[in-house]
Parts: sequence; structure tokens; C-alpha cells
Amino acid sequence: MTDETATTTGAAGTEVAGTEAPRDDAASTGVQDAVTAAETDGAGPGDGAVDGDDVLVTVEDLKVHFPIKRGIVLERTAGHVYAVDGIDLTIRRGETYGLVGESGCGKTTLGRGLLRLVEPTGGRVVFDDTDVSTLKGETLRKSRRRMQMIFQDPLSSLDPRQSVESILVEGMRAHGLDSGKESTRARLVELLDSVGLPESALHKYPHEFSGGQRQRIGIARALAVEPDLIVADEPVSALDVSVQAQVLNLLEQLQQRLGLTYLVIAHDLAVVRHISDRIGVMYLGSLVEEASSDEMYAEPMHPYTKALLSAVPVPDPTVEDEREQILLTGDLPSPANPPTGCRFHTRCPWKQDTLCDTDRPELRDVGGGHRVACHYAEDILAGRITRHEVEPELVHPDA
Amino acid sequence: MALLDVRDLSVVFKRKGTRPFTAVDGVSFSVEPGQTVGLVGESGSGKSVTSLAIMGLLRKRGAEIGGSVTFEDTELLTLSDKQLRDRRGRDLGMVFQDPLSSLNPVITIGLQITEVLERHRGMSRKEARVEAAELLDRVGLPDPQRRIDEYPHQLSGGMRQRVLIAIALACRPKLLIADEPTTALDVTIQAQILSLLSELVSETDTALIMITHDLGIVAGLCDDVNVMYGGRIVERAQRHDLFDRSRHPYTHGLLQSIPRLDAPRGEPLTPIRGSVSDNIEWEQGCAFAPRCPNATDVCWSEPPELKADDGRMLRCHNPVAIGDAVTEGAL
Repeated sequence: MTDETATTTGAAGTEVAGTEAPRDDAASTGVQDAVTAAETDGAGPGDGAVDGDDVLVTVEDLKVHFPIKRGIVLERTAGHVYAVDGIDLTIRRGETYGLVGESGCGKTTLGRGLLRLVEPTGGRVVFDDTDVSTLKGETLRKSRRRMQMIFQDPLSSLDPRQSVESILVEGMRAHGLDSGKESTRARLVELLDSVGLPESALHKYPHEFSGGQRQRIGIARALAVEPDLIVADEPVSALDVSVQAQVLNLLEQLQQRLGLTYLVIAHDLAVVRHISDRIGVMYLGSLVEEASSDEMYAEPMHPYTKALLSAVPVPDPTVEDEREQILLTGDLPSPANPPTGCRFHTRCPWKQDTLCDTDRPELRDVGGGHRVACHYAEDILAGRITRHEVEPELVHPDA
Repeated sequence: MALLDVRDLSVVFKRKGTRPFTAVDGVSFSVEPGQTVGLVGESGSGKSVTSLAIMGLLRKRGAEIGGSVTFEDTELLTLSDKQLRDRRGRDLGMVFQDPLSSLNPVITIGLQITEVLERHRGMSRKEARVEAAELLDRVGLPDPQRRIDEYPHQLSGGMRQRVLIAIALACRPKLLIADEPTTALDVTIQAQILSLLSELVSETDTALIMITHDLGIVAGLCDDVNVMYGGRIVERAQRHDLFDRSRHPYTHGLLQSIPRLDAPRGEPLTPIRGSVSDNIEWEQGCAFAPRCPNATDVCWSEPPELKADDGRMLRCHNPVAIGDAVTEGAL
């Protein structure tokens, strides 16, 4: 365990040459004492090669339930919104894990629960062999350096009264990474350069930038504390189409240069497919399918994934004319009152009379790391079960 | 003869103390009965303002509107408010992006539909109620008899959008303008609404103007597509021509820069440099010049005209070469 921790610190240290000093500083006050111990043991930079199964984050049975409060003076809990309800996943070091799903499926809550920005109701998040879910106080705060977030709306996530310099320095200072005027200045310029902004941006304020540039500042802010994991929640959906590609390319370049690990949360399947190595599809608080990006597109197995992929319009009339759509009826059921059994059975065009409405399917491996939560995935794939009509059910948004 | 003919439409917003802002500049296009026409562009391209001007919804908003909008031989821009109200809702319907803010929150959805039916089709309250339930059924609202007495907040986003479509179609308009009708919706719900729209439009032979930033939606739905940039149309073509061989560097750049679901992982995107805010004024030259890879001196000094070229309308001094477009499109 100590070895692996040391490897990350070491590897990251080599990537960002010239910032060795603050990096060591952080490590000594680090996430856990083991880091310092391993460091002095002599496990230096360049020792560990990043291999495919090198796991950075493990999420085990994560649950985030929000209580629904009723009453004014005497508050009582009238129920729960099951935003995230039992999720298992792993994110490997250096990969991009894409999380897709429609609004209300719990993808944002999962990202926030993973960073402990909301308190999980149950389950564990293990980040680089540290159980983040049990950390408290100062250790939790320090662990945050290694896990950063990029938000959807760059204007509302940047303080309008802080200059870019102060926005970037704040995090570095909080984690003891600003070791002196000169080196901090050099680091800031390097940061801005890496996100494609000129040095003159330091003294400007967020409103002076365009949407794409603001998102670059948001990315620079996340990078300032030299994180390992970046959770990007809808990083491009607030941007104009012509600017989205700039930010997507930037994220990819930074990943290659700095060896970052990404969890990208988005509703746009084309974006997620473009940027992710592996994709998880969420529906009503749970993962319904997980596969590599190419496999998910070539052979989706869960009925919901099939419908989702078939619903995405492609900017090519020839493809559009032939696109066979699986239209889902009705709306997403309320996460406060999820359906029994498989949560998708109320809208599933492949629903069967047995199992679907009584047993909640497990996310199981169907070979090659492709995981599906459907009782009949193989039968659907082999064509033994065919699609049928579904009567839309009434869904009240506030039910 | 065209159902709707927009000629040289311009919209200038004037406010005291600020420079006049030209949102739409010399936009011309026409819509045939039953045709679906797309207006595509990014935020600030003037696509929504164009539709609002056609519907007469910019009056008394400090906007100066020029040019002409002819609907079945009637000039809409010079109609009195009362005459325009008669046409709007009866001949012209509109569906907006955000269904919650375009529905009245304190009136039941049933009443919001019957209101239109009573006003424009002279129905009694009873008849209107029966018709409203039928309309709701047609747009796919489950259990319309019960839902007719519900309020907008009791419906989901997709269902609200269905209600808006029901209202817009209540009087069987000849032209429906849909302004980003699915942008606020999830992709599976978007698919429902788009298929509903195209079904209704083809069944009733309604003409449709589809306003969107999503090139994918346009590719599947529209006959003719107008690409707007900085308040002007920069390219207009039939959808196959436009997507297979885009000639304007902006259209071409957009198609190269958006990730496609059917492209393999790792295929690089070619972004358009800069952002919309880099635009220069059309009077000086081409507004897209600061972001254009093909820009030469003439682009900075001489505004290009919209001209017929290669079976389409094109506003560009240095369009993408036909050969290039073909090879890149084939990738």
C-alpha cells in the first residue's frame, strides 16, 4: 500500500519539473503519514510504471440519500430521495471514466459524493488506498488537494470579485504550495500557459473573459494544487459548440502531459464517447452498464443504453435517414419513489413478465470487463427477446 | 408561392446611452407550405431574434425592425397589434425553449389550451374542453382526461413541452416556429418530442421553422438549412449538400469540431479558434474573419455578399475548396 502511494507522488513530481519544492512540502503534511514514510524509504520519482489495472479510485456500494423534510416547527423526515443508491466502480490511474445519464439520474451527486462534497449515506470511497469516507477535519481537507473539480458554469463557479491571480493562489496557499513570491509567480504563469491563457490574464477578473476562457481559468484553478484526480461535471455543456472542442482538446492534452485521471460527468453522449476510455451509464441512482467507450457504442447491451444511444442525433443526413430509434415512452420515475425490481422496467421495451418488476438486477460482468445490470442482457443480444410497445406511466415530478 | 417570405429583415436594438446593436442584418429566406426549414447558429447569431421578429414579438421592446415579412400575401410587420394577434395563434404557432416559463403557472393546462380554442376557433367552453383533451392525447400526454386539470408544475419538462406543442397546434397553424424546443430536455425526451413534431408536421402539412444550435437535429429534420453567424446568413443549402460538402469555413469548422457519436474514440477534433466575442462588424469586413483559417486581406476589408454558388447560397470570399470538402467529409 505504501509503495503505491509513493509512486503517485513520485510520478507526478517528475511531470511538473521545477515545482519539486512545494510538492515535497505538501507531501510531508500529506494525505497520510504513510506518504512521508514511503518517501523517506527512498521510493523516488520514476519508480512506478502506470499499468492498466492500477486503480486510483474504488467506489464500493456508495449511497447518497437526501431526506425529504416535512413540517415547519417539528421537522420530520417524510422519505428519501435515492439520488445514488448502491454504486460500485473503479477508476484506473491515468484513464478517463465517463459517466452519462439523464438529469436526475444521480451522476452529479455521485461525483460530489466521491469528493465528499456531499456526505455519503453509506458505502466506501477508496482513493489511492485511503478510505476517504472516514477522513475527518484536517486530514480530509488535505486529501482534497489530490481531488479537484471542474464545474459546469464557469461564471458562477468563479468569484467575480477575485482576480485570476487571487483565484489561482487561494488553493495553493490553502495547501501550502506557495513557497515564495518568485516561484509562485513562475508557477502561475506556467499554469496559465498550460491552459492557453496569456500572463496578462492574472490581473483580470472573471467577467472580462469569454465562456471558453473562463472554463480555462476553472481548469487552471483545479490544476494549481497538482491533483491526481479531476472530477469534471459537465465541463463543456455551458459553452458554445465552436468552443467546446477547444476545451475538450485542452483536457486531453493536460491528461497526457500531467498523467491526470478524469471522471467526466456529462449528459452529452457524443462528448463522453469522445473523451472517455470507459463509460458508465446511470439510471435512477444506479449504474446500468459499464464498458469501454468503443464497445459501449458498438454493442450496447442494456435496453436503456440502447435507447440512449439511438436517441442521439448525428450531424450527418445520411446517417440520420437510416438511424433506427428506440423511443422510450414516459418520463424518468421519481428517485424518491423508484420502481421495484429493475428501475428501468416501467419504460423498458424488452420487459419480461418475470424477474424485471420483482428482482433488482446486479451489475454483472458479461465478459471483457463489460458490466450490465439486466436480467435478460444475453437474450436481448442474441435476439431471443424482441421489443414490444410500452404504455407510458404517469410520473409526477414532485411525487 | 411561398407561405412565408422574409426579405432583408433587420433588427436593431437601440437603448439610450448605448451604441445601437444590430442583432439581425439583412436576413432573407422563404418557407414553402409543408416545408421544414432550419435556422442554425450559436448564441448571439441572431436566430432567435429572427423568429421573434417574424412573430411580431419584438414590438415595443426598443427594437427597430426593417425589411419585410410576408405571410400569404399579408405584410406582418405593418399589421396592427390587433390584426397580428388574430394571425398569431391561428396561422402562426410558436414553441419556445423553456416550457415552464412559457406556460402560465397559476392556470391549469386545460384552460391554457381552451383559451386559444375559444379565442381563435370560436368554440364554446364545453367543446373546447373536449378538443383540448383530444389535443393532449394527440401529443402523447398520458391520461389527458385527468391531466387537463393539472398545473404546469405538476408536469415533467417533456410533458410541459408537449402541452406547449398542443397549444401551438390547437388552431392548426400553417406555420410553426420551434425555437430550441428540445434544448432544455434530456436526450431520450428530445427524441420523443422531435419525432412528435415531425409526425404532426407531416400529417397536417404544417410548415416548420426549426431554430437550434444542434447540427444533429437539423441533419435529420430539415429540408433546407440556413447557417447564421453574427446576425447574417452565411450559408444556405439543402441538408445533404450542406452536411456532405459544407463550403463556408464556419459551417465546415463546426462540423469538424463537434464530437460525433459514431466517430471512433481518439479521433481528434479540430476546433474553431477564438470565440464568438471576437467578431468584427460586418460593415468592416467578414465577421468571421478573426476566427477563419481561410481569411485573407479581402476578408478584413470587404464584407462578402450572399451569392449563389455550387447549388447553394454562400457568403464568403474564400470558401472551402470543393475537393477539400469532399475528402474531409469522407473521413
